Amino acid sequence: MTLSLGKDLLGLEPLSGEQIQLILDTAEPFKEISERAIKKVPTLRGATIVNLFFEASTRTRVSFEFAEKRLSADTVNVAASGSSVSKGETLVDTARNLEAMRIDMVVIRHGASGAAQFLAERIESNVINAGDGTHEHPTQGLLDMLTLRDHFGRLDGIKVCIVGDVLHSRVARSNIWGLTKMGAQVGVCGPRSLLPNAIEELPVQVFTRVEEAIEWADALNILRLQLERMTAGYIPSLREYNRVFGVSRERLERAPRDLLILHPGPMNRGVEIDSDVADGPFSVILNQVTNGVAVRMAVLYLLSGGKPELAESAKGGGGR
Amino acid sequence: MADEIVELNNGTDNLVIVGIQRRGVQLAAQIVSTIIEREKADVPQGALDITLYRDDLQTVGPRPVVGQTQIPVDIDGKNVVIVDDVLYTGRTIRAALDELADFGRPKRIALAVLIDRGGRELPIQPDIVGKKVSAEPWQRVDVLVDELDERKGAIIAERGDGT
Amino acid sequence: MTGSILLRGGRVIDPTQSLDEVADVLVVDGKIEAVGARVSGDAKNRDGLETIDCSGLVVSPGFIDVHCHLREPGREEVETIATGARAAVAGGFTAVCAMPNTDPVTDNQAAVGFIIRQASLANGARVYPIGAISVGQKGESLAEFGEMIAAGAVAVSDDGKPVASAHLMRTALEYARTFGIPVADHCEEPTLAHGGAMNEGIVSTRLGLKGIPAEAEEIMAIRDILLARRTNGHVHLCHMSTRGSVELIRWGKDRNINVTAEVCPHHISLTEDAVEGYDTNAKMNPPLRTADDVAALQEAVRDGTIDLIATDHAPHHYDEKEREFAHAPNGIIGLETALAVNVTWLVASEIISLPVLIERMSCAPARVFKLPGGSLRRGTAADVTVFDPSAKWLVEPSKFRSKGRNTPYSGQTLQGRTRYTLVGGRVAHREEA
Repeated sequence: MTLSLGKDLLGLEPLSGEQIQLILDTAEPFKEISERAIKKVPTLRGATIVNLFFEASTRTRVSFEFAEKRLSADTVNVAASGSSVSKGETLVDTARNLEAMRIDMVVIRHGASGAAQFLAERIESNVINAGDGTHEHPTQGLLDMLTLRDHFGRLDGIKVCIVGDVLHSRVARSNIWGLTKMGAQVGVCGPRSLLPNAIEELPVQVFTRVEEAIEWADALNILRLQLERMTAGYIPSLREYNRVFGVSRERLERAPRDLLILHPGPMNRGVEIDSDVADGPFSVILNQVTNGVAVRMAVLYLLSGGKPELAESAKGGGGR
Repeated sequence: MADEIVELNNGTDNLVIVGIQRRGVQLAAQIVSTIIEREKADVPQGALDITLYRDDLQTVGPRPVVGQTQIPVDIDGKNVVIVDDVLYTGRTIRAALDELADFGRPKRIALAVLIDRGGRELPIQPDIVGKKVSAEPWQRVDVLVDELDERKGAIIAERGDGT
Repeated sequence: MTGSILLRGGRVIDPTQSLDEVADVLVVDGKIEAVGARVSGDAKNRDGLETIDCSGLVVSPGFIDVHCHLREPGREEVETIATGARAAVAGGFTAVCAMPNTDPVTDNQAAVGFIIRQASLANGARVYPIGAISVGQKGESLAEFGEMIAAGAVAVSDDGKPVASAHLMRTALEYARTFGIPVADHCEEPTLAHGGAMNEGIVSTRLGLKGIPAEAEEIMAIRDILLARRTNGHVHLCHMSTRGSVELIRWGKDRNINVTAEVCPHHISLTEDAVEGYDTNAKMNPPLRTADDVAALQEAVRDGTIDLIATDHAPHHYDEKEREFAHAPNGIIGLETALAVNVTWLVASEIISLPVLIERMSCAPARVFKLPGGSLRRGTAADVTVFDPSAKWLVEPSKFRSKGRNTPYSGQTLQGRTRYTLVGGRVAHREEA
């Protein structure tokens, strides 16, 4: 009997280990579809999916679009204006309009934490959170875990350190929830001004120096550092960040083992990660991208629940 | 059944055996090993999971588990034989035909099933049948294989919670 | 000329007279005529006497709320002085002080006069305007305290905003001494609090919301206390929310510095956990904090470190609150739930007694802000609250007299209900059981 994911995927924190396992296992057969000549299955034929992106994002949106199209769904991209404070339609009105058009699923990315939940509570369509403020980015967390599992064969017991601006990162949060639920050990590393003050209350190990993190970890998930952090007074300069926290080949060579390198992208080469690391033999950054489509297909498949009531009435035939 | 397949194909050239998940795959493996033994020729074997091509996904309830699909060779121009354990309404085979079409264009596709229980809802007929049985709609017919069920056999039983 | 009223057989609690006994209260010509057991005998001769049976109820000096937002002028769709004044009497308040962050800001004598006039037409609680500290609440130059007070203002505040400049706060405290009024400060260090939507802690980390650390309030609290010491002025700290602030206030009072402080009912009852699910009805400034802060504030109400309880009643329109958490405005209503929240969390749990509650809700506000009322002494204006301390009721926002509906207590059953509110001897509110 399969576990249900409910109506929406809003984050990894509310999921159980079994549910996360289900999504990762379901993603496996979907990897194969992207290797076929005809990269399409008819599973979501006739379903209407809207990609509602309030924040500009090429890679996540394109990844979702491929996932949707490879399942034969009809997709519409809506790039909405920023915050509802500006003279645009409010999120509530957007939600109601979408519902009035009878769409089946919405993939939403928004700058405000809680926006995905806000939408999910007001429309009946399935809602998938593609990143809300600094809260969660569940499909990113899932594809990171799938990539780690591909390499290590398991998630239980492996040591993953998230390096960078954890304070402002939804990717970090989703990874922390997902990995700990699957039994991995999670570490975080970055300047204290970019780690949440309450970080010690989370089930993670805290490293103040990247050398210590490299010594400890089996894999590093390196977060993108944003320019705005410098101008807002969190760190003095990107140059210093790179000198003190940058993941370079020299630092990795001093590691006791070969570390797997992940990065959610887009990369600031020479800031948080050096090019020879990003393009090096232990980088699985491109695998992450490939897995991203498979994971998103799995999520869409699992959420697009059938209607059991119709199954009851169809019971006369419906066999093999 | 292995012999009939080879006979139907006039040999083992261009033959590809594709088993349908789940128990069709084990049966296909048995057929292939029999062919290898008897004909001393290797025949490529594939596995096909048709879950994503089902015509009843909208009504079936909790998402069915998707199994592995692996077609190791290019099927263009080949003689593909689909192998399954039980043939009933024919919808599984319809889905399999649609899915194979996305992999290529075989020269011909044939169907081999261990048990044909009648009750067709689509115009699909097997080329090779192990055994015909009669079963009512409220009964289920299951085939058991060593790898999954730890024994061999076939049973006809009352449907339980509805399948 | 109002008729006479006899409030018969209630538990009369008046901390200013150390009174707590079953007695009658006679109101004649808008004033307290007599309080005691023998009052009924005299009353029989009065014409037009209305007798109200108060058995099982508490009769106290009318509650006074020194901190609320009535939104008029400027945001009349959200609340007016009239609806706010009626919401006040429904909650048992006979007087409220209206904060000046209206649109336009109440920073001059004409604006103060407008509020006085609107209040006189309202038929609800008395409304005392609070004038702005700075012109336009911009934090640059002082508003005309003298003119505003002559027109009826009772205090000054830039609430809504902090007074960011220590120099301006200092001069405001010094200048206010001329008139003997308190300077009420909204304690929030702007650079620490900037962009914050809730308390900084594990919950804000999990929800991905920018947090406001406790220190943002405490830094300004100690600043104001030190400035009050230097200037000998009276600083009143609005809506205190942290344990640290309580400790700093104690430090100041131990040194006889003229600092007074208020707490709001939500900060002695709810924690940051109320924000779960991104409920914008749990969003206000200062934010809800931790259970430890709540405990410290409850204790401070008990021992008097916190002088009084005020509501910070802040109505917002449904559309404004119906949006992403980070973009929703701060504030919740409170006039009609204050008594019940206080009774449920402070009295029913035996942290304080009813006389102490009445002292904090009526006597202290009158004393600290030098307002009439807060007492049932003979000859004072008959501002009286009659309430049932045991009545349990369901909070249904649609039934509020306020135009606001933004309350985190919606759907909860609370204990403590106002039955009658008399303003100047007139029954301004009646709640049938």
